[in-house]
Amino acid sequence: MMGQILVDGVTSGAMIGLGAIGLTLTYGLLRFANFAHGEFVTWGAYLALVVAGAFGGAAPIDPLTFGWPLLAALAAGMALTAGLALGLDAVLFRRLRRHGNAIVLVIASFGASLALRSALEFAFGPEPYYYSHDIAMTLRLAPGMRATADQLVVLGVALALMAAMHILMTRTPLGRAMRAVSENPDLARLAGIDTSRVLRATWLIGGALAAAAGVFLGVTVQLRPSMGFELLLPLFAAAILGGIGSVPGAMVGGLVIGIAESAAVPLAGAQYRAAVAFVVMLVMLLVRPRGLFGGRA
Amino acid sequence: MTVLAVRDLVAGYEPGLPIVRGASLAVAAGEILVLLGPNGAGKSTLAKAVAGLVRVESGSVTLRGASLLDVPAHARIRRGLAFVPQTENVFAGLTVAENLAIAAAVLPRAERAARVAATEALFPDLAEARRLAAGRLSGGQRQMLAIARALVAQPAVLALDEPSAGLSPKLVGVVMAKLRDIRDSGVAVLLVEQNARAALSVADRAAILVEGRVAHEGAGAALLDDPQVAALYLGGRRAA
Repeated sequence: MMGQILVDGVTSGAMIGLGAIGLTLTYGLLRFANFAHGEFVTWGAYLALVVAGAFGGAAPIDPLTFGWPLLAALAAGMALTAGLALGLDAVLFRRLRRHGNAIVLVIASFGASLALRSALEFAFGPEPYYYSHDIAMTLRLAPGMRATADQLVVLGVALALMAAMHILMTRTPLGRAMRAVSENPDLARLAGIDTSRVLRATWLIGGALAAAAGVFLGVTVQLRPSMGFELLLPLFAAAILGGIGSVPGAMVGGLVIGIAESAAVPLAGAQYRAAVAFVVMLVMLLVRPRGLFGGRA
Repeated sequence: MTVLAVRDLVAGYEPGLPIVRGASLAVAAGEILVLLGPNGAGKSTLAKAVAGLVRVESGSVTLRGASLLDVPAHARIRRGLAFVPQTENVFAGLTVAENLAIAAAVLPRAERAARVAATEALFPDLAEARRLAAGRLSGGQRQMLAIARALVAQPAVLALDEPSAGLSPKLVGVVMAKLRDIRDSGVAVLLVEQNARAALSVADRAAILVEGRVAHEGAGAALLDDPQVAALYLGGRRAA
């Protein structure tokens, strides 16, 4: 049973971690909790659905339930959602930042979240969608451990994206600049960093990774207009667990939350799955508000 | 030759509430100008206004004759102005090497490695600690890193806000000696200080800011010899 918990938890945790990266970066740079971030997850999934549909029916790549159109749609969904995140900043958050009041930004993000979710419900209705109606067969990985090929691909791509983010943050001038701005925006400006450019890059990256999480969630579960909103609590829990502003923290936090949620199902019951993220977040805030990787609380 | 010129500068954090009220000063290449004054005189605000961190209401700030007022803070280092704030002047979560790499990013790609290496040669302690997080450095090492970070881009002007704050007298001496070396390399140094004794030991000229205006200006020694100035602004006795 533990093996299966691990497989399910790591797969789900990788998706949470991807979504949490954007959330923690935005919080680290702009000092506000963006409640609209969950909608980037949803919009990414639905935009990929539309793009995949435009390619028409293509045979799945055996043993997956989807074919190459979804891989192309994943890239398109990430790009489009990155644009959506940047656009939302340009029309809403950037203007409100001039007043310098974080609570106004948080409330505005609530409103944006509601508007974005309602727009999707209007366009697609409340019923769930699927990238594929094929049945995913599980593969035996080890005694007591099974996973679908879809899950393994999702896990592989998610971990590759996380590794790419880690390299970006630690090995590139842009990554160093993002960490510098997150730590001390004034000093970053004195060091010659164009903080506006860094902010734009952060929205683009955060939006793209959230979209990837949404597509992966759609592949392994389903698409619903509330899917991102429902993921918001685990995303915040992962960001807080790892330490606000810390990309590795968001990744590790996502994996821990994913495994904890997965373990809660057989141990406490499926109805308590959602509560796990809340409990972990609460305990972390009480015990170590700076998070595992020592970012701001 | 004057490199940095400040004329009739009015600046502050809130519109209509200036802290710097018509200050003027000039710093030449290869010169250390020390800015002294009582608490609240506006010394740090003036330095921050020069760096672009505080809004300027009127007056001018020019570097080699070109106005800096329309230049955003992040672009001033490319124009040749470096500023070291008093506190939080290094990126504590980044390594020493990353701090220097960030500073070098304003240079053409081909020059970056050589400039970092040249800067590390000036600060051997930093070269040995290059993989350490800046937050783990001692106070003196941090101050050296802050100065090194500012020097990577080879600025024409180096402005520093109280680099002696929080340091032991011995370390203050080390920092001041380093500033003298920097001055001797041709850089114009604007040094904002509360520690008059230490600052005047390296000053070519000094200015005393009172209520946002330069009230006295002259050679450091001349200011020290003025009993009225010493009594009012330098702690009531000769600071040498």
